[in-house]
Amino acid sequence: MTARAALLLFADGRLPAGGYAHSGGLEESVRTGRVRDAQSLESFLEGRARTVGLVLAAFAARSCRAARDPDPLPELEVLDAELDARTPSPAQRETSRQLGRQLHRLLTGMAHHPLLERLPRAPHQPLVLGAACGLYGLRPLDAALAALHESVTGPAVAAVRLMSIDPFRTHAALARIAPSLDRLAERALEHCDGSPHDMPAAAAPLLDVVAEVHATRSERLFAS
Amino acid sequence: MPRRALRLGVAGPVGTGKSSLIATVCRNMAAELEIGVVTNDIYTDEDARFLRASGVLSAARIRAVETGACPHTAIRDDITMNLIAVEDMERDVGPLDLVLVESGGDNLTATFSPGLVDAQVFVLDVAGGGDVVRKGGPGIARADLLAVNKVDLAPYVDVDVDRMVAEGAAARGGAPVLALSRHRPETVDELCAWIRRLAGDHAAGRHTPTDPGAPAHHHHAHVRAT
Repeated sequence: MTARAALLLFADGRLPAGGYAHSGGLEESVRTGRVRDAQSLESFLEGRARTVGLVLAAFAARSCRAARDPDPLPELEVLDAELDARTPSPAQRETSRQLGRQLHRLLTGMAHHPLLERLPRAPHQPLVLGAACGLYGLRPLDAALAALHESVTGPAVAAVRLMSIDPFRTHAALARIAPSLDRLAERALEHCDGSPHDMPAAAAPLLDVVAEVHATRSERLFAS
Repeated sequence: MPRRALRLGVAGPVGTGKSSLIATVCRNMAAELEIGVVTNDIYTDEDARFLRASGVLSAARIRAVETGACPHTAIRDDITMNLIAVEDMERDVGPLDLVLVESGGDNLTATFSPGLVDAQVFVLDVAGGGDVVRKGGPGIARADLLAVNKVDLAPYVDVDVDRMVAEGAAARGGAPVLALSRHRPETVDELCAWIRRLAGDHAAGRHTPTDPGAPAHHHHAHVRAT
């Protein structure tokens, strides 16, 4: 019997780990006019899921599997460095570590977790998410789904503040791309074993660029 | 229990003078208390810049949290970012006696979580109108201190300060209301005295935090279910 309700807990946008302050590059993409309506928002979300989302999902899934090992720390350290190498934008690296630290602060505040307490101070977010899924009895597939879900719901919810769009349409877009999230989660699982150096590296260079530009803006609604 | 700073939240609507109140406290109390400030801005780090520019604290003692346009959430529902900012500052420049957490200007319903602060000040100003106190809300009714700011402007905006303060006291069941203006030193002294007392109580372990967000408890032993 596997856990289920814990997955909903970690995938819930109301999880108090500070995710609400981020738009995943949407704010700058709206500002530059690349995303301007429901159609371009959906493309943005799907593109994000297939690139960054897949990578995050693979790292979350693998961290979930690792968390069940007797000593997961060495592998988590390697994964942390591997994800750094797949995140060329310094601003994105910092955001990922900040979100990881916040999730870590929440989890260690919720309960005593010997493994989490031994993690370095600011691990990448998918590693913390994956490890947490493992600790709460969830499967790597669950961790992958949670990471993918987060990679699109954050920007979609931010969209209603950044664009002139009806929230029903943002959720319609999320519902339409849901099947592709399921497929991507299955693909992410293929990287649970084997060398961590072979983790996927699907990239979205424009997201790296907008993350860097966004970080220089003095006026912004979202932190990223 | 390890000693940590008193965490004092400052909430209230936009433009009522939260940053100015904090700068005033820093200016007047930095000689007696080790102070740090965490600001929560909505669009920019304007509040943090204002405090840095005022030169009342070193830059390392002023941190800005970006709230993703949700200032209310950052101090109540999801305090993680603020908690980390406070903890980091205490670790980096501590030990501190007092950390002031400034809420992004919000509405009358925003209050700090008891998980983030030990006590809170709710700031209104006379320019917002004498009737705001009567509109009530958890901050006005139950914050540890209600500050009615910019009282020097009252004659220009047709507000009767005494009446506003009296209505505040009535809405608060007698809990403290302070008529404040940074141009009136005696009111600033009162504010500092209140904070000094609170910091002393906190350091001595005598301060019991109360949460203005929770409904007020009325103790009626005779009707309590058994």
